[in-house]
Amino acid sequence: MGYEFDFSAVLTDQYIGWLLSGIRITLMLSAGAWLLSFAVGTALAVLRATNFKPAVWLVATFVEIHQNIPLLVQVLFWYFAMPEILPEAWRDWLNQNNSEFILAMIAIAMCHAAYISEALRSGLRAVPVTQYEAGRSFGFSYLQTMSYIVVPQALRLSIPPLVNHSLLLFKNTSIAMAIGVHELTYQTRQIDSDTFRTFEIFLVATILYILMSFVIMAAGNLAERRFGMGAR
Amino acid sequence: MISFENVNKWYGPELQVLNDVTAEVNKGEVVVLCGPSGSGKTTLIRTINRLEPINSGKITVNGQETHAKSANVNRLRREIGFVFQQFNLFPHMSVMDNITLAPRKLKGMSRPEAEEKALKLLARVGLEEKAGAYPSQLSGGQSQRVAIARSLAMDPPIILFDEPTSALDPEMVGEVLAVIKGLAHTGITMMCVTHEMGFARDVADRVWFLDKGVLLEDAKPGEFFSNPKHPRAQRFLADLRH
Amino acid sequence: MWEIIQNNWTLLLVGQYPNGPLGGLVATLLLAMAGLALAFPVAITIAVARISPYRPIRLVAAGIVHVVRGMPFLMVLFWSYFALPVLIGRPLSGFWTLVGALVLYESAYLAEVIRAGIQALPKGQEEAARSLGFGYFRTLFLVILPQALYNSLPALIGQFVSLIKETSLGYVISVNEFTYAAGQLNSQLLVQPVEVFSILAITYFIVCFTLTQSARWLEQRIARSRQGGPGGRAAQTLPNPLATEPMP
Repeated sequence: MGYEFDFSAVLTDQYIGWLLSGIRITLMLSAGAWLLSFAVGTALAVLRATNFKPAVWLVATFVEIHQNIPLLVQVLFWYFAMPEILPEAWRDWLNQNNSEFILAMIAIAMCHAAYISEALRSGLRAVPVTQYEAGRSFGFSYLQTMSYIVVPQALRLSIPPLVNHSLLLFKNTSIAMAIGVHELTYQTRQIDSDTFRTFEIFLVATILYILMSFVIMAAGNLAERRFGMGAR
Repeated sequence: MISFENVNKWYGPELQVLNDVTAEVNKGEVVVLCGPSGSGKTTLIRTINRLEPINSGKITVNGQETHAKSANVNRLRREIGFVFQQFNLFPHMSVMDNITLAPRKLKGMSRPEAEEKALKLLARVGLEEKAGAYPSQLSGGQSQRVAIARSLAMDPPIILFDEPTSALDPEMVGEVLAVIKGLAHTGITMMCVTHEMGFARDVADRVWFLDKGVLLEDAKPGEFFSNPKHPRAQRFLADLRH
Repeated sequence: MWEIIQNNWTLLLVGQYPNGPLGGLVATLLLAMAGLALAFPVAITIAVARISPYRPIRLVAAGIVHVVRGMPFLMVLFWSYFALPVLIGRPLSGFWTLVGALVLYESAYLAEVIRAGIQALPKGQEEAARSLGFGYFRTLFLVILPQALYNSLPALIGQFVSLIKETSLGYVISVNEFTYAAGQLNSQLLVQPVEVFSILAITYFIVCFTLTQSARWLEQRIARSRQGGPGGRAAQTLPNPLATEPMP
């Protein structure tokens, strides 16, 4: 190709500083959105499990909306449209408090909460009804049967999709660059336009992403081995 | 100990699975339920601990009407062991935890006490060495023996078996039947749905024959096998001999 | 909101076309279709390689899948943007840059869908074909893949929905597609972001939801036809014995 790679141009103290701060924001955004999405996703799954018609319908609507609209559009909606809808006091507070980061975090978390609630739900449905019956036949109450027998199995069955969605959530934080959050992809582009060393800096950023993804995958494998259905 | 009075059950308006069943099981007795498939044997045994609801009639266990609205079904079920055709061991727990779960959580037994008891039960079914194993590491016969031990852990005065050997490979049927035989006539009241007629002949105090939801025969095994009264029971036995 | 649609529906539907490049919703759908069509053969190749009897082939394919799975789509898109023109030696339009990224990214995910479909088939299918005397590849292409692809049709539609959603990221590199058109509209109108982004979101929702629902419908149909098929005994469904205590 005749292209001469020159990593020294992009790996100066200044740019390493930019990269590190990008990684920091990416990780903060991932962690915040992950916690929020698991909290909301679990609440949605519980709500749906009540079999109370309005609750089921509400959760199903939430899930369909968030699964059938591109995440970028959801992020743009939260960034451009939501502040117009929110009360003025909230808007002011957002503007003073790093609104891009917070809105991106909420958008990503809400979208993935839908997927997480579905993963938990399919885990619950995958536990055979005979397990429930066996629990009840000992004289365990509904709640006891759920908490000792059904839910522990459902959680174990849900580990693979939950890990998968955690990885997707992490990767999707890069979308926050579209509204100016200074995460890793954003910083990569900044360094690119500063140095014109496109291939070098994108190679570095790509490797960083892949390394972090591999850590998540490895943690997932560990969780599957430790707690999964086949765990010994 | 267990009595059925005019028990009826329908699936939908058309299909009547239990038709006016009236019968009695005495304390310590072993009753074998047999009949062609679809005759309602499994349904009947599942109504005893209310895994199946009934449409009319009365089932009384130990003087308590089980299908009464006021009945405490959870308390009742503690007194009735149930062994399933498909074992239904809890796959996320070790054999030991499968057996100790109910005594610990429902009877408030301490863990060491429950485990000591579990080991005795495992010895009784010949599986002491499997305490730490998980259900997926067991053969079918071993799984069913663990399931029996699990039911016994609650010291139930009654134990119900729903085709306990039907899901097993032929070579494993014997080991499970041997365990069930060992339980018979030890004071525990037993009902067993099975196609193993040899078992019925050797162990049962009485054999019930069900067909199309009707209890057609209630006889001592000798009588039932040598001289069945009802023509459908005669045909059933004749078919078995072929 | 109706006024905005009335005044700008051509921009949202086809972009500047025919006076400029094709854009809008039509471009989005074309992008997704082109991406799927081109990713498909690549995905089949990777899937077959993933279950190859030869370990080195398996390892290479697994490596590709894992690396792509470890990359955000945006990173793949930027690679396509910078590296593809260098690789093929001439500039690429935004449309084909995005298609290139979709193919790279989706091939890995599609391959896993297809592999799951292959591995879900009963082992007896392969054994039956092999014992009739078919070789490895003919067994694969005549017996295994047709069944596996048919069975994974619903998942493939799901993947098409993912592609449609991913095309929205063309916005970041200014590819003329639906989200980009809405972005342009938003900066033209300035004061009506709620309306503009609602139109955008609702339209995506209608398109994707229709596809998702048809995938579900198809899934049920396939499940039913499988139960009725030879050898597949219909799963016994007990009348719910716990009718009074519903299972969540």
